[in-house]
Amino acid sequence: MTAMKTTILCAATLACGAALAEEVRDYRAEAIAMMKRDFKTRGIATADRVHEDGLQAICNRTSDHPPKAIAERLERDQMESIKYPPDGKLMGDWKAGEKLAQSGRGMTWSDKAGVPGGGNCYNCHQIGPQETSFGTIGPSLYQFGKLRGNTPDVQKYAYGKIYNAKAFNLCSAMPRFGHAGALTESQIKDLVALLLDPQSPVNSK
Amino acid sequence: MKQRLSTLMAAAVMTAAFAVQAQQPMKKAPPPAKAAAPAKAKDGITAEFEKFREVLEEDNPAELFEAKGEDIWKHKKGPDGASMAQCDLGLGAGVVKGAYVQMPRYFADVGQVMDAERRIVHCMVKYLGYKEEDIRKQPFSNDSKTPDHVSVITYVAAQSRNMKIAVPQKHPKEIETFRIGREIFDYRAGPYDFSCATCHGSDGMRIRTQDLPNLRKPAEAIRAYQGWPGYRMTGGFMLTQQWRMNDCFRQQRFPEPAYLSDSITALLTYMTATANGQVYKGPGIKR
Ligand code: HEC
Ligand code: HEC
Repeated sequence: MTAMKTTILCAATLACGAALAEEVRDYRAEAIAMMKRDFKTRGIATADRVHEDGLQAICNRTSDHPPKAIAERLERDQMESIKYPPDGKLMGDWKAGEKLAQSGRGMTWSDKAGVPGGGNCYNCHQIGPQETSFGTIGPSLYQFGKLRGNTPDVQKYAYGKIYNAKAFNLCSAMPRFGHAGALTESQIKDLVALLLDPQSPVNSK
Repeated sequence: MKQRLSTLMAAAVMTAAFAVQAQQPMKKAPPPAKAAAPAKAKDGITAEFEKFREVLEEDNPAELFEAKGEDIWKHKKGPDGASMAQCDLGLGAGVVKGAYVQMPRYFADVGQVMDAERRIVHCMVKYLGYKEEDIRKQPFSNDSKTPDHVSVITYVAAQSRNMKIAVPQKHPKEIETFRIGREIFDYRAGPYDFSCATCHGSDGMRIRTQDLPNLRKPAEAIRAYQGWPGYRMTGGFMLTQQWRMNDCFRQQRFPEPAYLSDSITALLTYMTATANGQVYKGPGIKR
């Protein structure tokens, strides 16, 4: 990307032979090679995690702004990989969902294998009105069900978004919890209930 | 000294209070929550901590570690009689004043860019006979032990107190290291698709109540330096920049970077050179 930009600039200016030679170096590739050397498996965090997958590579190479056509194609792929519950029920228990949303556990080298992780949701989102310690990387989800309703379509959207946020927004900051195996089907259902159940404090007045 | 002790004891009491609070879910009266723009909330611990940090910083609990580091730097001898007076931190053998704010830098004797922590450990192994594999066994402090190299780092850092950060970007390797560091900063991978930039790439972000500096900006990149090494309130020991990087990679759900590795030097070079020109206030206090 940067190399390409420099080439265009250089064609216009001439006085940039040195700059071009510098920019042509692929620092990204050097950085990846360096990380592959330096990072080691610890606990469940295996060394192969520094390898980017196809979606990560596209987002990394385009500074999270892929060309529209590519983004749409890849979002479609992500969408197709979402596994909806076979029984068609998408709402679980909002109380269990609240506990999951609170928990920041999961997938780090200090987490144990086989212990179910949490959703990390409050790290990034305002959700229930009683919790004042919430992050701001994502938008507020307070009153989510009240604003959107809880029709089958909205339930499907919420389930899909938590399962694979990238199916809707390719380079979103939000993890792909179902896709990554970070949350199970029943955990995602509980989180959908937290957001959409009319009884959930998220939707209280 | 008496006054220092009393402050430190107060710190110990506070530390205990933090530890207890940290275990309990915080239940506070909810402010009116708004769906659109979440109000900036600070929990009780943060507010208390910030009040206390000012009191503590006047007295500076890091001084105990500084003193120990100074003793090692000035008096300890290696097996063949060498000492840290031979250690070149970039400004000449034995020169400590101002060295901390001018690293990472290129060191011709090793043909590499090294950050302060890496260089200091290098010297302690070379001149004082410390074993690198021992240091790697416990690179970071915990409540039972603050390793010697951490005290030396604290001493060296204190000798740059109130100086301007001036990380050199002249040698081709220094420039290359900066650019690789920038790539690592933006590199998303792992099960959560996180990069440093996910949490530190835009303005005004928070995780829970912790403010996340936008480390791409000079005015906030200073936070890669400011207060590091830092005295940890909730434990009473010193933590270094290398520890901070290690723990952020843990939160990023990455595998573990080897201690003193090239990748960490590159990241530190990127962030600290971005902060060039700003004033480093010396070892600090961290929650
Ligand atoms: C690392 C931060 C992060 C975490 C953790 C996170 N999210 Fe998000 N989330 C975001 C961001 C950023 C957006 C907005 C961009 C987008 O739509 O992808 C978002 C969007 C959403 C949306 C869509 C909102 C809308 O208006 O349509 C929902 C629903 C959601 N998140 C739910 C959750 C739940 C439930 C969890 C916990 C399992 C969670 N998020 C965890 C960052 C995060
Ligand atoms: C999942 C979110 C997350 C990711 C990803 C992350 N960090 Fe952090 N970082 C934090 C939190 C939380 C803190 C603590 C902030 C505080 O103490 O107020 C922090 C603190 C820091 C600090 C110290 C700030 C200070 O004021 O002392 C630096 C420097 C830093 N991170 C750099 C990085 C780098 C470099 C990366 C990439 C390797 C990274 N972080 C990845 C969440 C993250």
